[in-house]
Amino acid sequence: MTTPAIELIHIDKRFGPVHANKDVTLSVGQGSIHGIIGENGAGKSTLMSILFGFYAADSGEIRVKGQPVKIKSSSDAIAQGIGMVHQHFMLVDPFTVLENVVLGVEGGALIGPALAKARSELKRLADDYDMQVNPDAIVGELPVGLQQRVEILKALYKGADVLILDEPTGVLTPDEADHLFRILGTLRDQGKTVILITHKLREIMAITDHVSVMRRGELVANFETKDTSVDELAEAMVGRSVLLHVEKGKATPGEMVLEVKDLVWRDSKNVARVDHVSFSVRKGEIVGIAGVSGNGQSELLDCIAGITKPTSGEIIFEGKSIGQLADPRHLREEGLAHVPEDRQHRGLITAFDASESSILGWQFEEELGHGFRLNRKKVVESCLREMKEFDVRPANPLLKSAKFSGGNQQKIILAREMSSNPDLLIIGQPTRGVDIGAIEFIHKRIIELRDAGKAILLVSVELDEIRSLSDRIIVMFAGKVMGERDSSADERDIGLLMAGVQKGVAA
Amino acid sequence: MLDILLSAETLSSTIRMSVPLIFACLAGLWSERSGIVDIGLEGKMLAAAFTAAAAGAYLGSPWLALLLAIGVSILFSLVHGYAAINQRGNQVVSGVAINMLAAGLAVVLGNEWFKEGGRTPPLPPEAQFPVFHMPGFSAIQSIPVIGPYINVLSGHSVLVYVAFALVPLSAWGLAKTRFGLRLRAVGENPHAVDTAGISVTKLRYQAILIAGVLCGFAGTYLSVALQGSFVRDMTAGRGFMALAALIFANWRAWPSMWACLLFGYLQAVGLRMQGFKIGAVEIPVQFINMLPYVMTVVLLAGFIGKSTPPRASGTPYTKDR
Repeated sequence: MTTPAIELIHIDKRFGPVHANKDVTLSVGQGSIHGIIGENGAGKSTLMSILFGFYAADSGEIRVKGQPVKIKSSSDAIAQGIGMVHQHFMLVDPFTVLENVVLGVEGGALIGPALAKARSELKRLADDYDMQVNPDAIVGELPVGLQQRVEILKALYKGADVLILDEPTGVLTPDEADHLFRILGTLRDQGKTVILITHKLREIMAITDHVSVMRRGELVANFETKDTSVDELAEAMVGRSVLLHVEKGKATPGEMVLEVKDLVWRDSKNVARVDHVSFSVRKGEIVGIAGVSGNGQSELLDCIAGITKPTSGEIIFEGKSIGQLADPRHLREEGLAHVPEDRQHRGLITAFDASESSILGWQFEEELGHGFRLNRKKVVESCLREMKEFDVRPANPLLKSAKFSGGNQQKIILAREMSSNPDLLIIGQPTRGVDIGAIEFIHKRIIELRDAGKAILLVSVELDEIRSLSDRIIVMFAGKVMGERDSSADERDIGLLMAGVQKGVAA
Repeated sequence: MLDILLSAETLSSTIRMSVPLIFACLAGLWSERSGIVDIGLEGKMLAAAFTAAAAGAYLGSPWLALLLAIGVSILFSLVHGYAAINQRGNQVVSGVAINMLAAGLAVVLGNEWFKEGGRTPPLPPEAQFPVFHMPGFSAIQSIPVIGPYINVLSGHSVLVYVAFALVPLSAWGLAKTRFGLRLRAVGENPHAVDTAGISVTKLRYQAILIAGVLCGFAGTYLSVALQGSFVRDMTAGRGFMALAALIFANWRAWPSMWACLLFGYLQAVGLRMQGFKIGAVEIPVQFINMLPYVMTVVLLAGFIGKSTPPRASGTPYTKDR
């Protein structure tokens, strides 16, 4: 067997009380695609940040091609031929592609020669790996898919033999993700080593050769991808067997609850972010809105929840037109519950106790206190009740909201919104940053609510989630509805709609 | 009135008045492009002005005075840097502290050393910077009408020419050099700089050192070349005017110069219009002195469109995202 490209030996790292990496030993073979999978907070990103010199390990050794090396900073890592594509791109938005690529490797005191060299080198890389990008484009004006390409080119330009990608597909359409995977395949075939960090099982199965599973800071299992299965990986990730498929019966849609008619919302630059959108949601069904992040879903949700006023069009909730008049409080009292997309900023107040967060929007309820009094005891009691019902851990209403994991924060919000017994629940990104165990739970609760005859409008950038939960799927692109499909629709078909390609009914 | 607005003397005075603004504005430019907001331009300028005037009075050499002023200004910069870069403190608060410290120290030390209520004694001629005459300009002087206007460019203190030479130098340095590229990057996205293996801390310190040097020039010019001595609070808001010019110029070197010239012109006109009468009514001096400040407010509030500061400006850098 050849020398591994990268070996991490007994890596240990603590952040205060948090033990992020516990004695992790990992070996990555040269010329392979190695997946690292695990839930949020399992320590994947920390481990890779140590390899890339962003954090220093408390103890342990790193070997590159068999040689022990000290990686104290990113420049050491780059010098060892390690490149990283971060989840949040490390790009300077107002710079051109060329300027971004040469940053840190300018060669001399003047940047002119470096820019010229980068221009020809980029052209070569583009031809070799099918990664075309205009070198003079301003990076901030490029779509995210291309920005990611710039990140990869940047690493390759700096001579990376080992490329680390941290959750690269979160921002991509299925089509863009496929293209990325083809690029990664080509890189491997030309002898580069790719480390892919992800929490998406499907991606691991699709393109990796080997996979390592991390759980709570430990590396718990290594597999050859061809010898393992999605179920086995999921079990290793969570530590128990998980039901990945959502079990649900057929929907029995009843009367109309929400009707959106020709809705338009323009931003301050007069761009129509929601562009003549019409659809409806009935009792007892889940309508999913699919689309790549930033295609008007958030603005649509805001309009329906009464947070922003639509520019034109109508929103009819239970027979009453609400678009121009209602405010969120009024709508809530009418039976429209909202789980916002941005949990940390809109779902709860991270500096508040869980019990305080658990009554946000309902603080006027008579049972929680009369007039401007708030009955703390009642608040805590009701929070504890909800926590038990939704299996929030730890079930401590006095703990700060920020201290809960993403999944448990989401459960606190869901409990708050669902316990009001709404007629319509609108949910944005129900499981973003939520671990698999909690996803299973949240999905089950959503289905239960549907089966209780409630209407549900679901927005998610996770196509799998949309497909497994929804009874009907609406695809949005650039503010417009591109089409509607039922839950059995072909993934490619929806993927095309998400990319803005509209063709007739799928053949 | 028109003879005041358009006279060669006013334009010559404009150049002189705009020089401290240009130095200070470029100081702000370098600092803020690296992501460090510098409210303390005013304080650094004042400290440098006092140091230069005091040193000039004792030592009789303008160059030593300049050197010491730069040293003191850098010292203040380092305090700001320690607070803003190492300790990740609030940059505005640190800047305000520097302004207060400088204003207080100058008066206290000045009183102690010279016993003239915070003033420094008038500088002897040998403590003055040499004046630079453009070669051949004495002949131009005699050309009718336009001669005096062209001559406006000649016969200023050497520091004036240094200031104007620094404008293209700054523009070029920011745009074309490795240091400039990295500096601009660190002001926009320090994470990108860090992951490229470049030290954010070092870059930002380099930027504030440049700002310190330039504020040293600004203060020295103000007390030694322009006024010939130090009087308390003599910067009179010039540091803030320079910041206004910087915003006005959208954090770019050449537009900064034009903005400073505009503000300098308003100050020059203000000086010349003292005692100016409309009919029988004399316009109070205070109103005329207000002009540049009022214009600053008006221009900032109404006449410039959206200005975009460097994105990471004012935000301390931490590795966590």
